[in-house]
Amino acid sequence: MRILEGEGVTKYFGGLAAVSKVDFHVDQGEIVGLIGPNGAGKTTLFNLISGALVLKSGVIRFKGAKITGLKPHQICRMGVARTFQEVKVFANMPVLENVLLGSFFGTSTGMSSADAVREAMGLLEFVGLSAVRATPAKDLTLVNQKRLEVARALATKPELLLLDELMAGLNPTETAEAMELVTRIRDKGITIIMIEHVMKAIMSVCDRIIVLHHGEKIAEGTPQGIATSKKVIEVYLGE
Amino acid sequence: MDSVRGISKKPFFLGLLLLILILLATFPLYLPGYPVMLLTSILMYIVLTVSWVIFSGPTGYMSLASAAFFGVGTYTSAILGEALPLPIVIGIGGLASFCVALLVGALTLRLRGIYFAIFTFGLVVLIQQLLLFWELHVTGTRGRFVIVVDHTTVYYAMLVIFVALMLTAYFIRRSKFGLALQSIGQNEEAAAHIGINVTLVKVITFAISASFMGAAGAIMATRWTYIDPYIAFNLLLSFMPVLMAIFGGMGQLYGPILGAIIFTYLKEELITRIPELYMLIFGVVLIAVILFLPNGLVGLIQKGWKRVSGGQHANT
Repeated sequence: MRILEGEGVTKYFGGLAAVSKVDFHVDQGEIVGLIGPNGAGKTTLFNLISGALVLKSGVIRFKGAKITGLKPHQICRMGVARTFQEVKVFANMPVLENVLLGSFFGTSTGMSSADAVREAMGLLEFVGLSAVRATPAKDLTLVNQKRLEVARALATKPELLLLDELMAGLNPTETAEAMELVTRIRDKGITIIMIEHVMKAIMSVCDRIIVLHHGEKIAEGTPQGIATSKKVIEVYLGE
Repeated sequence: MDSVRGISKKPFFLGLLLLILILLATFPLYLPGYPVMLLTSILMYIVLTVSWVIFSGPTGYMSLASAAFFGVGTYTSAILGEALPLPIVIGIGGLASFCVALLVGALTLRLRGIYFAIFTFGLVVLIQQLLLFWELHVTGTRGRFVIVVDHTTVYYAMLVIFVALMLTAYFIRRSKFGLALQSIGQNEEAAAHIGINVTLVKVITFAISASFMGAAGAIMATRWTYIDPYIAFNLLLSFMPVLMAIFGGMGQLYGPILGAIIFTYLKEELITRIPELYMLIFGVVLIAVILFLPNGLVGLIQKGWKRVSGGQHANT
């Protein structure tokens, strides 16, 4: 089943087409990688899906329902969560409160405080942050702030999770842990789209890869297919 | 450990609050006259400051519209004061400011930082000048007389507004709504992406904060007996709450209260004793506070408390 699909998705910044007539789809349960050179429009596409930006033309559907034109909080409550390329944690709030906010406001039904706390604790355990739950988010290391963003996103009970460069700036051990985290999230039944420059991670974790270049989709396929595609090698991977 | 301390402290604090409330409620019985008027002024500034902090504290949106909301209340009182009983006039004053804030908030809360501050400042001048134009050219007057109410009644009305405001501020701070408000101040984009309707939360809080300022304006108008647009929409009333909040420190609810009390008292004393130096001394005090007490009086108290309690709670 298609959980997300976009038709002719287009966004201009001034005269520049940041994303141009991109058609894409994501099936339920997949991990889809979104790659491309800097400025290819990957994050812009995320912003269009999550409602941070409004697209100029085209349509995006989540579980068959049109979500273009909806506000970020509405899209979140429908079941789409995200993390950010530059981490956006609530810096002065304790780690636990960061996650609690997701539980309180991210679901359409809402939940009692006790349930929310229990769930937030569970999620901190899941991403490995239980020990620092009372620490202000700003005092965490980069990798832990990124984990916190994941936990906060998961607290909104998403069906689709958008991960924007989760592994950028992490060392090899941390990258391996992040890859393992991504597969554990998928095992919870959550569909994932991830933007990533770490090719090793993309190739081993993703079921399918979409390649953007200058705002256009230039290739799409399995990791093997992408790795051997002449066009992709030319513009992105290099010889 | 936190919860244990919380339990042992709670009855003490509740008792202290009750005592303060009883003292405030019986104050006019043993100290009538000028002290009641002074205390009314202090309560008015507390109301303005705490209302300002409810919105601008957690969100970081610096509003300079306090004078506008206060003025709307003042004019409500001038227009309706003779026709309706006082509590209803105060209620309508608050409601009118609530509505103005809803409208203004919906239009301007997308502005951030300095732009929002400048717009809210402009709002005060805009309403003031529009009103002046209207009064001069349509009603053919400049100012209006307000029905006089005795000082004790003004005091009690202000006390009721103050208590209602403190309860509101307390519950906002303790609620999920307050948490959402804080998250907006920390990172608005992230807040929107975890399901918080940031526009709604901001506009509602802005309006709640405005309604208390409006109510305070409605009752204060009766003390002034005569108002015109410059008195009602006095720009100083936009800056005072900001200064008092910074002076007191915004980390705790008692910070702005403390700031307002000391500031108002200082202001009244200086105006009556050394009027020619009043602004100068005021400025020096403010600069000293900003330079040496970045967290306001609250920061100083917490530091002192740590020293007294032997640094046991160094991390709290």
